Amino acid sequence: MKNIISFLVVVFISNAAISQALEVCSDCEISTLKEAIRQAKDFDTIIVKKGTYKEYDVIINKPLTIIGEDYPVIDGEFKGEIITVISDNVTLDGLFIKNVGTSYTEDYAAVRVRESKNFVIQNLVLEKLFFGIYIEKSRDGKVFHNKIIGDAVEEYNSGNGIQLWYSKNIQIEHNFIQHVRDGIYLEFSDGCTIKNNVSALNVRYGLHFMFSNDDIYEDNTFENNGAGVAVMFSKRIKMYNNIFKENWGTASYGLLLKEINDAEIVGNTFADNTIGINVEGTNRINYKHNTFKNNGWAIKVKGACYKNIFTENNFLYNSFDIAYNSKVNDNEFNRNYWSNYTGYDLDKDGVGDVPYRPVKLFSYIVNRTPETIILLRSMFIDIIDFSEKVSPIFTPDNLLDDHPQIKKILW
Amino acid sequence: MRSRWSYVYFAFYLLLGVVLLFLNNDLSKAVITLMNVIIVLVPLIGTIFGVMYYYNSKEFTELLLAQPLKRSSIFLGQYLGVALSLSMSLILGLGLPFVFYGLFESSAIWDFSLLLITGTFLTLIFTALAFNIALSNENKIKGFGYAILLWLFLAIIYDGLFLMTLVMFDDYPLDKLSLIGTMLNPIDLSRTLILLKLDISALLGYTGAVFKQFFGTNFGLIVSFIMLTIWIILPVLRILFKAKKKDF
Amino acid sequence: MVIIEDLHKRFGKNQVLSGLDLTISEGGVFAVLGPNGSGKTTLIKSVLGMVIPDKGTITVLGENIKKKSDYRHKIDYLPQIANFPSNLKVKELIKMIKDLRAFTNAEDQLIELFRLEPFLDKKLGNLSGGTKQKVNLVLTFMFDSPLIILDEPTSGLDPISLIRLKDLIQKEKAKGKTILITSHIMSFVEEVSDEIVFLLEGKIYFKGTISELKNKTNQPDFEHAIASILIDNHA
Repeated sequence: MKNIISFLVVVFISNAAISQALEVCSDCEISTLKEAIRQAKDFDTIIVKKGTYKEYDVIINKPLTIIGEDYPVIDGEFKGEIITVISDNVTLDGLFIKNVGTSYTEDYAAVRVRESKNFVIQNLVLEKLFFGIYIEKSRDGKVFHNKIIGDAVEEYNSGNGIQLWYSKNIQIEHNFIQHVRDGIYLEFSDGCTIKNNVSALNVRYGLHFMFSNDDIYEDNTFENNGAGVAVMFSKRIKMYNNIFKENWGTASYGLLLKEINDAEIVGNTFADNTIGINVEGTNRINYKHNTFKNNGWAIKVKGACYKNIFTENNFLYNSFDIAYNSKVNDNEFNRNYWSNYTGYDLDKDGVGDVPYRPVKLFSYIVNRTPETIILLRSMFIDIIDFSEKVSPIFTPDNLLDDHPQIKKILW
Repeated sequence: MRSRWSYVYFAFYLLLGVVLLFLNNDLSKAVITLMNVIIVLVPLIGTIFGVMYYYNSKEFTELLLAQPLKRSSIFLGQYLGVALSLSMSLILGLGLPFVFYGLFESSAIWDFSLLLITGTFLTLIFTALAFNIALSNENKIKGFGYAILLWLFLAIIYDGLFLMTLVMFDDYPLDKLSLIGTMLNPIDLSRTLILLKLDISALLGYTGAVFKQFFGTNFGLIVSFIMLTIWIILPVLRILFKAKKKDF
Repeated sequence: MVIIEDLHKRFGKNQVLSGLDLTISEGGVFAVLGPNGSGKTTLIKSVLGMVIPDKGTITVLGENIKKKSDYRHKIDYLPQIANFPSNLKVKELIKMIKDLRAFTNAEDQLIELFRLEPFLDKKLGNLSGGTKQKVNLVLTFMFDSPLIILDEPTSGLDPISLIRLKDLIQKEKAKGKTILITSHIMSFVEEVSDEIVFLLEGKIYFKGTISELKNKTNQPDFEHAIASILIDNHA
């Protein structure tokens, strides 16, 4: 028995001895990250002390844990990519990485993970970057609690904060991303979770999906971006409890849905956007328990959209609730609360006795001649809207909420 | 000058405020509904009341004219008497229920102040216009007719024509035209002020650069207020001018 | 006191005054007479500045009245139809007019003269025509101005009040004031006026004393003299 225990102790100690820690600092034996990686064995930990390290093209080709103490600065001096991970089981933690090179031919990133598994990238601060964290053909990784502050002004010469390309099962949580092209961009990436991030002031989108399926994003805040979130050509995306706000501008919206099917949009808040949700060619989407508040258009529907269901949402003080550009409607609106509803509830069951028509004639006119927006809330417009409500000619006559709620819905 | 009607008007606004709050149970929503009501109702009441006051006090005016008073001060006094008592009724009538409902703790207070300011401007403008009509028409029935027509025109017909013009010429750049069209009608002007507050998100969806400058900055707010002031000054000047020349 | 030169006024197509010249000297009662529409009221209103003449000058107490208002401090005017704001009380109206003009205490005496005490707290809208006229008289006579203009002062008055009014006019005249009256009651005019001015078609047809008029028309009494002018001019 005693022998067994002492054996275990020996094993434990020798293991610890194998997985040793290397220290990097400017006046240490090892003064560069590259040198530390060269000397390190698999599963070693490299501690980077406070200081400035002018390095780029740092390639991590073995499973290592690299931890920065008090945010050491890795300065790429705009020469190219800074850290590239090409091994599985790599952890990066607590580094301040800045000055990524800009190129029109190559997508230089502050940190790139290529064809790797089980990586963790956390507590990084990225500044002056082209691309931030670029994950390609990788899986099962975590990107936690990073702060990415770019200085993007134009779309064509800027990169994305966190980009996923052909990757699977990545968790992106608690990141803070500002002033890049797309805050988070997913292309051909499935089964990812994006949670509790704040993506703001980005040139293009706060979050962008292309050809990515079965992803979920929840509890994120998208604020003041060129446009909030774009979900395109993707299937089975779940969108829960996000906040989309203050996405103002000509082609700006909280959420853009284009050619997507079978999504769930639940519990989100769309506030003060020019367009809350811009919908183009989507099918079988459930909208439930969302709040649309003070948007120019809460929902703008273009092109063919089938079997979308809107239930128990709150539409509060939007200039227009729903805009359609066609006369056909195959979508269902039921049991929503519309602050613009003027009906009554004589039987006091909490449901309005007359159906609500969320599409106004005026939204058609504005669609045709945008300048007429200046006549919004004019009495004349109210009159023509009313006559259209009584006998719909231009708007789909089956587009109505038969059970408009009298009180704001709480959930 | 005491007047029964200003109490009626006060009571009316008090009732309106209470009913709206009661029905909506929500301050912001009540404010929005009020805005829609105000820009139509205040001009109507201003015109009708202004014309009515003028005709009703005609003999009294003559009595005053024989006194050692300047004509300009008599008419300016009457105008201000009506316009200010209407404004006070509006401000107090709407203000009281909202204050009791907890306006000061609410975020709607700015919207509400804007509402009252706009309402006051509209009262001043439309009372002045009403006096103009009454001064130019000895015939009461005609005067009332013109007053209603004026209101109908500015509140509804103008916008109809405006909309038709915009839709007809939609191949041309229209943003300047649409802004100018707005400036020329005090009701539209007030509506724009309210849009700036409520519908800025929608307004910014439009591409025109002039639009953007107008609505995206304080420029729009300032220009609108200047135009509203001009809309008061011009009719008042005409009242003074007409009054100087008129025979009684 | 009042000098009117070449006064023209037209209302639309209707030429009411055409080149009227008139001088009213200080002191005495002048009656302005004429058929309906002869321009009596227009003349008076021109003097008051309520009607703006097309042409001509009016001088009151040596001052051209064009675009002025202060000279009206020296005029007391009794308008023809007294329609006061109906929601004011008599007392309030008197106070208001006093505020507009000058301080005076004469109203108490006048109120007593016309027995108006019981009405002081009543609203003007509830008063009879005669009572309103009495209020009107109080408002006119309570100021001590050198020129008094009375447009149909007798209308609606009962005989006793009429006698009091006549007394009042005599009293004011005795103070050396100039009083300008229009009236249709010839006996009243004959009784109170020193001189008459007869207007016809916007011009002065006759100006002088009543006896001069009688002589001119060869009529024994005033009423017939007036009638004969009218008949002559329409025949």
